[in-house]
Amino acid sequence: MKITAFNAIHKECGARMVPFAGYEMPVEYSGITDEHMTVRNGVGVFDVSHMGEIWVKGPKALDFVQKVTTNDVSALTIGQAQYSCFPNGKGGIVDDLLVYYYEENKYMLVVNASNIEKDWNWLVENQIEGAELENASDNISQLAIQGPKATAVLQKLTDVNLDEIKYYTFTVGKFAGIDNVIISATGYTGAGGFELYFYNDHADAIWKAIFEAGQEEGIKPIGLGARDTLRLEMGYCLYGNDIDDTTSPLEAGLGWITKFTDEKDFIDKDFMLKLKEDGINKRLRGFVMIDRGIPRHDYDIVTAEGEVIGKVTSGTQSPVLQKGIGMGYLKKGYTKLGTEIYIQVRKRRLKAEIVKLPFI
Amino acid sequence: MNIPENLKYTKDHEWIRVEGEEAFIGITDFAQGELGDIVFIDIDTEGETLEQEETFGTVEAVKTVSDLMMPVAGEVLEVNPALEDSPELVNKDPFGEGWMIKIKLSNVSDIDDLMSAEDYAAIIEA
Repeated sequence: MKITAFNAIHKECGARMVPFAGYEMPVEYSGITDEHMTVRNGVGVFDVSHMGEIWVKGPKALDFVQKVTTNDVSALTIGQAQYSCFPNGKGGIVDDLLVYYYEENKYMLVVNASNIEKDWNWLVENQIEGAELENASDNISQLAIQGPKATAVLQKLTDVNLDEIKYYTFTVGKFAGIDNVIISATGYTGAGGFELYFYNDHADAIWKAIFEAGQEEGIKPIGLGARDTLRLEMGYCLYGNDIDDTTSPLEAGLGWITKFTDEKDFIDKDFMLKLKEDGINKRLRGFVMIDRGIPRHDYDIVTAEGEVIGKVTSGTQSPVLQKGIGMGYLKKGYTKLGTEIYIQVRKRRLKAEIVKLPFI
Repeated sequence: MNIPENLKYTKDHEWIRVEGEEAFIGITDFAQGELGDIVFIDIDTEGETLEQEETFGTVEAVKTVSDLMMPVAGEVLEVNPALEDSPELVNKDPFGEGWMIKIKLSNVSDIDDLMSAEDYAAIIEA
């Protein structure tokens, strides 16, 4: 099994380690609820070094990224990041990702750990002349420092004015004495904060500096368990749960990252245009439990009479709302906000209501 | 690891404390630690007579859900009312305030087949 550069540190911090996407990763330290609320109200640090980083370089870099992703890369200026996905040639999704416009003719694609190899093979298969690919995943570490107090903590460690880094933009600068750290105002929690990218050699120094700087703010390490509950409260998709090779971005509510402009051609453009015109037959929706219970991945969504109208893709108890929340695909005709649905939880049908995302 | 001597245990990480013909049942300290933050105890078998290893309810943690199994056959007399509003009692005090059900044993002698604290310690340390 692979490990990240922070593996020993996690164990020193008392993390419970689990296998995840081929890596030994921390799932929790002090407890999921405590970690979740630390990020909502204070500041927490996630090791997300298992994520993949793929560079695209060369005179045709833009054309290539346009071809393999659904969002409009030409809309980016240097220093901007963009959420996007790789369509799979059959209307489904290879992976979701962030596209960073790093410098002229150079983009960084940040992909899910579980898909690094699949993504790489897919990109190579669709590669065009003038666009060079480099898989830097094993050399780059990533920390996400998230929460309302993240900026105050990180500002102690850099001269870069963090307030000037707007949401979904980044800069490359000196951080904790280390040059060339990518400081990105992005995250998967909805709590604000930054994601930092740097070479593995600096992992120890940067972790220590952040935890020293954040001591008075009560900074804590956060595991994958709380990462999942935090993203779900925001209604963010998780690849493998809410989206996969069989779901269309349009069905997943990712129409906003699927751009059908004239300048942009991409894999599956015609297919998705047709789907858009014909209309989708299922739609990913968020729901809140009215009856007490917790929805889980793969539970059936049913009508009051028990007719199956969908499937839960993600579910948990929301630590903020103290209620069960979930997402799932619903058949056409049952997707309106406010619709009363039922979740089949073992032998019982529990009432829930379709709500607008995010949950909080 | 806390494993009280005066209880009997199952391989499914339940404990049982016998008081005459009645008994209290809960999950072990090891089990609550593995589950993580417990947010809901779902037991709707009050009044039912269940067989050994039959499911009497489920415990929902943030991350996962797990069935609760009868260590022995018996009638479910009572569900711990405190767990309705404070399921976290199972994390905080699994052998005490976090008890889950009180039962009437079908056969008191069934208890003899369950594990001692020492036997249980051996399986969770293995």
